Amino acid sequence: MKVDNIYKEEKKSAFAKLSEIIITMASRPSGLIGLSILVFHIILAFISPYIAPHDFKAIDPTLMLQAPSAEYWFGTDDLGRDVFTRTILGGRTALTITFFGSLIALLWGGLLGIFCGLVGGKIDDVVMRIVDAFLSIPWILAMLLIVSLLGTSTEVLIPALGFFYGKGIVRVARAATHDVIAKDFIVSARARGHSNFSIIWNEIIPNVRDAILVEGAMRWSWMLLGFSSLSFLGFGVSPPTPDWGLMISNARGLMSFAYWAVIAPIVGLSSLIIGINLTADAFAKALGIDRSTKAPV
Amino acid sequence: MTDTIQKVKNLSIGFRSKKGEEILILKNISTNIKKGETVGIVGESGSGKSTLALAMMGYVKHGLYTIGGECQFNSSNLLKMKSKDLEKIRGRKIAMIPQNAGQALTPNLKIGYQIDEALQLHSDLNEKEREKKISELLNKVRLPSPETIALRYPHELSGGQQQRVAVAMALAGTPDLLLLDEPTTGLDVTTQAHVLELLNFIAKDTGTSMVYVSHDLGAIAQVSDRIIVMYSGEIVLEGPSRDILKRPIHPYTHGLLKSIPKLSLAGLPDSMPGSQPQPGTIQGGCSFFDRCNFSDENCKHNSPQLEFLEDLNTSVRCFNYEKLVKESQVSQTVNKIKNKSQDKEILNLSEVSISYAKQKLLDQVFNRISDNNPTVKDININIKKGETIALVGESGSGKSTILKSIAGLLRTKDGLIRFDENRNLSSDLKERDPNDLRIIQLIFQNPDESLNPNHTVEEIIAQPLKLYFGLKGEELKKNIIDLLQKVRLGEFYTSRYPRQLSGGEKQRVAVARAFAAKPDIILCDEVTSALDVSVQAAVLNLLQQLKEDFGTTYIFVSHDLAVVRAISDRVAVLYQGRLCEVGPSNDVYKFPSHPYTEVLLGAVLEPDPDIKPKLVAEDIVEERPPEKGCSFQGRCSRIVGDICKKEIPPWQLTDSGNAIRCHIPIKELQKEQF
Repeated sequence: MKVDNIYKEEKKSAFAKLSEIIITMASRPSGLIGLSILVFHIILAFISPYIAPHDFKAIDPTLMLQAPSAEYWFGTDDLGRDVFTRTILGGRTALTITFFGSLIALLWGGLLGIFCGLVGGKIDDVVMRIVDAFLSIPWILAMLLIVSLLGTSTEVLIPALGFFYGKGIVRVARAATHDVIAKDFIVSARARGHSNFSIIWNEIIPNVRDAILVEGAMRWSWMLLGFSSLSFLGFGVSPPTPDWGLMISNARGLMSFAYWAVIAPIVGLSSLIIGINLTADAFAKALGIDRSTKAPV
Repeated sequence: MTDTIQKVKNLSIGFRSKKGEEILILKNISTNIKKGETVGIVGESGSGKSTLALAMMGYVKHGLYTIGGECQFNSSNLLKMKSKDLEKIRGRKIAMIPQNAGQALTPNLKIGYQIDEALQLHSDLNEKEREKKISELLNKVRLPSPETIALRYPHELSGGQQQRVAVAMALAGTPDLLLLDEPTTGLDVTTQAHVLELLNFIAKDTGTSMVYVSHDLGAIAQVSDRIIVMYSGEIVLEGPSRDILKRPIHPYTHGLLKSIPKLSLAGLPDSMPGSQPQPGTIQGGCSFFDRCNFSDENCKHNSPQLEFLEDLNTSVRCFNYEKLVKESQVSQTVNKIKNKSQDKEILNLSEVSISYAKQKLLDQVFNRISDNNPTVKDININIKKGETIALVGESGSGKSTILKSIAGLLRTKDGLIRFDENRNLSSDLKERDPNDLRIIQLIFQNPDESLNPNHTVEEIIAQPLKLYFGLKGEELKKNIIDLLQKVRLGEFYTSRYPRQLSGGEKQRVAVARAFAAKPDIILCDEVTSALDVSVQAAVLNLLQQLKEDFGTTYIFVSHDLAVVRAISDRVAVLYQGRLCEVGPSNDVYKFPSHPYTEVLLGAVLEPDPDIKPKLVAEDIVEERPPEKGCSFQGRCSRIVGDICKKEIPPWQLTDSGNAIRCHIPIKELQKEQF
């Protein structure tokens, strides 16, 4: 018998799989745009301390609220600091904190969701009602409470954000698990006598991983917005560390005559969020879990 | 020809692959559908039969496009028509009956309303006339009391009734051409026979042309005048139904008919090697070359054209059909299976009852199930080492439920399941020790679902080996390759994913996984029903071979009675979770004694136009078993009297060791046999 040539695909290494996914993502215009924005922001976050033209905390009253010029590309703010320097540095904290925050959210949300989906019954009921209860609390109030009690250090912000954004992942992971759980290969593993842990690790995670990763990527962009809101309210990073949320908050009162001081951080923040969103979308499509296929006519 | 209503001319439909190649699903199809005739299109999954049927109503699935040719209906090409014009034809002139009527009917609209909708669209009747027409249509499809049916919702009807409603809706527009896409595939045998009989009646009564698409030669044989056999997107054989089924002159059809198990023959039929090529992989030459027993060098390099033979009134796509013309009939050779069962009892089910009832709070406290009328009740079966016992029955007969209980996936309510005379297996998974789990392995119906799509074949087969025997490294690898060879798969399969395998190959992997545990008993749950006919025989032969090599005991569940006949030593017939008859398959099939067995066997469709199904009982579907008396009382045509409704029938033994549960004396039951 001949071996079908289309189906002669072999098991690939994780790296080969990842590069294939990235190539598929980049082959779509929206994916390419999203990926480039995201990569640009990440590179910028790494190199910005070395390329910043000015000192981000150098206050100079004589340079207050200067319009953009050859020396100060994005102008200066109310304390005479260079807006360009502060903008390119302003994403670093947000990016780092929210990246690790979403990792934590993915981990606890994903695992708890899978566990609940698998065991079902009473435990599932109780856990899900608790998650629902948390979902009904406005997160910003809860965050403000935590931050005002424990301070705004990174060690507090990362787990706190991770916790609040993981609740949604619990639901997605549980739903994805429910899709898989009824399949015969799970029944088969059960009938063989595998432990719950082994079933989760070997049978379920490979099948729900994609859905959870996509959800996690989406959560990342929401968390970024959430973190910037905290900074905007003065509960995120503390001055004089440059941060977009804080910069917007400081400059918004002067918007009518010094628009440059507020526009630069807004562009930075929104472009990053759009970048992450587009990337997550393209990621989902590349994995083939996008369900928006055209209905038959 | 004036009486041709649909003319398919040189039709090619295909898609473009990622690399930009054009891959054909249908290759240059030409055929005519005449007025009043029923044409059966038969082929395996992926042969393009549904694509052809859909093209006949001017629809091409999303992702596919027409490459060339046309579908002419009333001398206009449907495939070039605007959707506005198509709307006037679809429903009015050409109607379609889908495979799964349960999904095709809108769940939240009443039956009458849905038919009314079709009437409003496709006829000019006023409200009064439409109301009359609805009852007329429902009457025509033989639904009892049309007035009440019209007020019901789809979920309140059984599968067969839903299919009838779908037929009624299709008839609402009085179409000239009716397309049926596997209309009876999901139905029980008895229901299927009734629906086919209805379709036959409608074809005669209304003079509608029908195109009947199915993979089931048995169903096709009952309804069609002419048969088109498709293989990888081509018509390979086309001709009058009787000739094709009795004297197939194409090697594919010949092999196919040979590989279908028949009710009249015990033993496993010969299997066809290989499987249908994937679209786009045929390099040149005949598409059937790899699997053909009649091929020569010519077939490898040149592809044959469809040739019309006037004397036989048949078109055939083969260079060597003459070899087959000489061979007068399909002579089926079967490999008689040897009954190797020993006297040693391996599994004993006594008085087993299983309930799906939800536990009430009090019952949960006492850890018991209280249900007076459980889904499965009073199951007594002795299974001997090395035998193949089959559980047969329609959907809802509890056959899979019993399997689940044996595997420990479901708790029994009462009764004992004993393994090897002394080990109690009445408990569920959590209470069984690993060895109890190892001795019983399951093979599932659908290998797409039973193999984890994200594991390679190696990982799949490694699981039981690691779990039960703790194998590692080289030894594990060696065992995996051994097992693959036993199921006739090569070593290079280890790194493949299930999606890269064909249906038959996937099921072989599932078989290998079950045997990896070195089990004593293998539970086979409809293992061949998701497979194509030509592959089914190969899997059955493999199972039989493995059984002979390892001395395994099979408990085989199937709704396909011919398959059961082929592989089993003993049969247990179930109705509504109660046993009706248990006995050696030879006896049960030759002399069906229990009224239900008679109904069941009578309804089986054979790929032979001369064997018509016998329709004994009504095809009502009962939701729950009766609380008292015989389980079959609701549908039995030979009811004796009140005793059937009040008392559970006693077991009666025949001389051949056949146990029957019926109130009718055994002598009388045997007397009325045919």
